[in-house]
Amino acid sequence: MTTETTTITNKMTTRNVDVFYGEKQAINGVSIDIDMENVTAFIGPSGCGKSTFLRTMNRMNDTIPSCRVTGEITLDGEDIYAPSMDVVQLRARVGMVFQKPNPFPKSIYDNIAYGPRIHGLASGKEELDRIVEKSLQRAGLWAEVKDRLNESGTALSGGQQQRLCIARAIAVDPEVILMDEPCSALDPIATAKIEELIHELRGKYAIVIVTHNMQQAARVSQRTAFFHLGTMVEYGDTSEMFTNPQEERTRDYITGRYG
Amino acid sequence: MNTTNNSTEHTVKAFDSDISEMRGLIAEIGGRAEKSISLAMKALADNDYDLAREVVKNDKQIDALEEKIDRMVIQTIALRAPMADDLRELVATLKISGVVERIGDYAKNIAKRVAVIDNNLHIEPASLLPAMAQAASQLVDDALTAYATRDADLADQVCERDRVVDDFYNTIFRSLVTHMVDNPKHIGAGAHFLFIAKNLERIGDHATNVAEMVYFAVTGENIGERERGDNPSDPLYSED
Repeated sequence: MTTETTTITNKMTTRNVDVFYGEKQAINGVSIDIDMENVTAFIGPSGCGKSTFLRTMNRMNDTIPSCRVTGEITLDGEDIYAPSMDVVQLRARVGMVFQKPNPFPKSIYDNIAYGPRIHGLASGKEELDRIVEKSLQRAGLWAEVKDRLNESGTALSGGQQQRLCIARAIAVDPEVILMDEPCSALDPIATAKIEELIHELRGKYAIVIVTHNMQQAARVSQRTAFFHLGTMVEYGDTSEMFTNPQEERTRDYITGRYG
Repeated sequence: MNTTNNSTEHTVKAFDSDISEMRGLIAEIGGRAEKSISLAMKALADNDYDLAREVVKNDKQIDALEEKIDRMVIQTIALRAPMADDLRELVATLKISGVVERIGDYAKNIAKRVAVIDNNLHIEPASLLPAMAQAASQLVDDALTAYATRDADLADQVCERDRVVDDFYNTIFRSLVTHMVDNPKHIGAGAHFLFIAKNLERIGDHATNVAEMVYFAVTGENIGERERGDNPSDPLYSED
């Protein structure tokens, strides 16, 4: 595997990130670089801290009072925990898709239009229409919903709802999309559509996906990080990780010997 | 990661029993191939047609075992989606079964020549063949031991020791050609002995292939390409 490190620009970097919930340390000194060209997968057993760590990347953990983050996390070189950082703006730039599809109880159109409206991204109805269409197209949902944009987003199937949530994240023109087990509530066909979508979005956004499904990590990502007990054990090319992991703990986990 | 032991069990125990069953089948096919080599050489030495026929007949069982192993590996890959060293071992198993089946074919080929070689001729260079067969057979045995014990060092040694078999081949080739030039009536039998030497030389190469697979399965790395001994039948070979 040859990666021309010189041409790869790091979108996000973390250095020695520790996360505490009260006295309990959940993440231990994680340093990682996330770039635009590759999809990065976080894998590891339940409770290893992968979701906790993902949430530090757009300050989702801020909503938990006992949670404390130390170390450095930057977006385009800018410290996202700096006092000057506007958290609402940050979460527009670093979007998130959750495990269970969570569309607003509003129309399909409004689900997408909400973000651009509150961020003032559209100057009028026409431009808003254009953003809605483009976002739904990018999320691979346009053909299925274009004739029923006024129906409720919650009336869609689970897979369609998840793609709606991805369209909603895309609508505010983010730079990074964080996905926290986006397919765990979906059937294999809907899962395949999300995976195909991730493949198409690669390069347009820096994508980080947390997944329990190792086959999925192998299918969608180019880089994989393995977490265990709050530390990042190994981080490297996905193809290398799944054929020849360097760490015993990684091997035990991906071959099903863990525990 | 140079793991020579595989002590940790899978959470899904049935996977472990699948793997040990496949290892058992490789041991069986390997044992049968080794036996074919020694029986073929014995048939040749004793001019024993019945024994030669038995070797030919036994080859069917080797073919059937190869099929069985292949089916099982494919099924395991489909059902268990193996990763890392498990995946490497299964791919190695698939390839090794094919290679060992070829080794059986070479032994069969040697056995088939027993009936057509005139036993009354004294062809001195052919007397080296049993020792060559012994060396080739030992390589196969060691390669399979390396597989069974996941021993990358032994696999590496097998690749290195293939030279011995190559050297036998070169010696026998040259002396047989010289002998045939001096004794034109021996050319028919001499040609058969040449093929037998070639078959044994190929058995050595295939033992090396098995060892390379083992090395890959255990370490995840490819073993470095080695220089081969002189090969007089190679068009690029020159005496000087």
